[in-house]
Amino acid sequence: MLLTKRQRTSAVRIGFYLVSAMAVAAVVIVPDWGDLQRAFFQWDIVTEQFPDIITTAAKNTVLFTIYGFGGGLALGLMLALMRISSFRPYRVFAGTVVDVIRGLPALLLILLIGFALPIATDVRISRTARASIALAIVASAYIAETIRSGIQAIPPGQMEAARSLGMSYSRAMVTVILPQAFRIIIPPMTNELVLLLKDTALVSVIGFTAAERELTRFGRDGVISSANATPLVVAGLVYLALTIPLTRLSAHLERRAGRHR
Amino acid sequence: MSAHIVEIHDLRKSFGDLRVLRGIDLYVDQGEVVCIIGASGSGKSTLLRCVNGLEQATGGRVLIEGTDLSDPDCDIDAVRARIGMVFQLFNLFPHMTVLRNVTVAQRKVLKRSRAEADRKAMATLARVGLADRPDEYPERLSGGQRQRVAIARALAMDPDLMLFDEATSALDPELVGEVLAVMRDLAADGMTMLVVTHEIGFARHVADRVVFLDDGVIREEGSPDQVIGNPREERTKQFISQVLQH
Repeated sequence: MLLTKRQRTSAVRIGFYLVSAMAVAAVVIVPDWGDLQRAFFQWDIVTEQFPDIITTAAKNTVLFTIYGFGGGLALGLMLALMRISSFRPYRVFAGTVVDVIRGLPALLLILLIGFALPIATDVRISRTARASIALAIVASAYIAETIRSGIQAIPPGQMEAARSLGMSYSRAMVTVILPQAFRIIIPPMTNELVLLLKDTALVSVIGFTAAERELTRFGRDGVISSANATPLVVAGLVYLALTIPLTRLSAHLERRAGRHR
Repeated sequence: MSAHIVEIHDLRKSFGDLRVLRGIDLYVDQGEVVCIIGASGSGKSTLLRCVNGLEQATGGRVLIEGTDLSDPDCDIDAVRARIGMVFQLFNLFPHMTVLRNVTVAQRKVLKRSRAEADRKAMATLARVGLADRPDEYPERLSGGQRQRVAIARALAMDPDLMLFDEATSALDPELVGEVLAVMRDLAADGMTMLVVTHEIGFARHVADRVVFLDDGVIREEGSPDQVIGNPREERTKQFISQVLQH
């Protein structure tokens, strides 16, 4: 070769810069920016979205997230404790439940509980409650696995020390193991929360009244009524305003947890 | 009722095909200090863990103050509350302060009031020489200090028996002395102790009785002067001379 290693490296770097610069130039020059803005971010349609997109849609998205996460946490904790139980039928049961839920598309489960359940049976619960239950069930399987990994990350000596002091298994779990496990899993749990927040978009398939709509459904309806893409873009921005701070929080907590170990 | 605090009859313990304990008979009386010595893998720790039910015996019986641990009706939590255990790796609760480490079982198991548990904790911490740092977290303490907190945690339960599972083996050499000193004080105060140790010097000077465990059986048992100073069995001689060379 004629070039030294260092010269090769800088040649590759210059080439990469050139290609990137051309790509950026193409993006700026080729499209008609006026057309794009009229289609995706028309200002009068943007302002039309407010305040309902916050007071109704974002509020419902957050509520679905809270109900789903709360329920998912309770169910997930139960499943996690069953999966590490010394009683084999519990382990088998919880393992099967987790496998089934994780092996199915979230959309199918939401349709099953939110849409098919009232059609096929006499069970009569409100649409939003069905949506929340479906989300809780979807979340519970993933949360259960996170909690289980957290519990199993605690050295077995902790349980032995607690038991040797006369604590029962459940007392040791509550007082010694779970507080340490939850500290470890705060970052992955924050990720679960973000995933669930985005999955709330799926529940709109079961059909909502105007007041029940969450962000995605709200944006979709806006697209239909305005014949413009702007409402979905605005809904997307509202999602980002919710998820990015949570992701940042998770990264921050992860750094802090790393420092304290 | 039995006069012995610990009574072990023909104790056997296997892990799968591995027969770790192959018929142990042993008793410990009130106020006695019994040291168990032996090579790694001889079953010392397993024997100790069978005494408070952390391991379940495969055969034979363990009686604690007359309560048979293999009896399905036996309340193992109540038995354990009367037995203090000190581990090789301390096993302090890292999310709790020193004080809370020493009070938590008093409060949750013995249902003592906060004031009473705090008073007891400060008294036991003083006994191990650590009354000045109750609000510290374990990670900020040295190994020797951590082990002394672990001893205080067990002592605060007013146990009838203390088990020590190689309590100094994970410590830097210069920190071994402070923990052994606490253990020596306990023995002098009349605590009943069953001690698994590699510290032959401690066994020799503090133990009332020394048990040499070899390959899952008690090969030799007697006074420290006899077992350590003048062993009868060939295996004991070998072990003692190997340990004393260091």
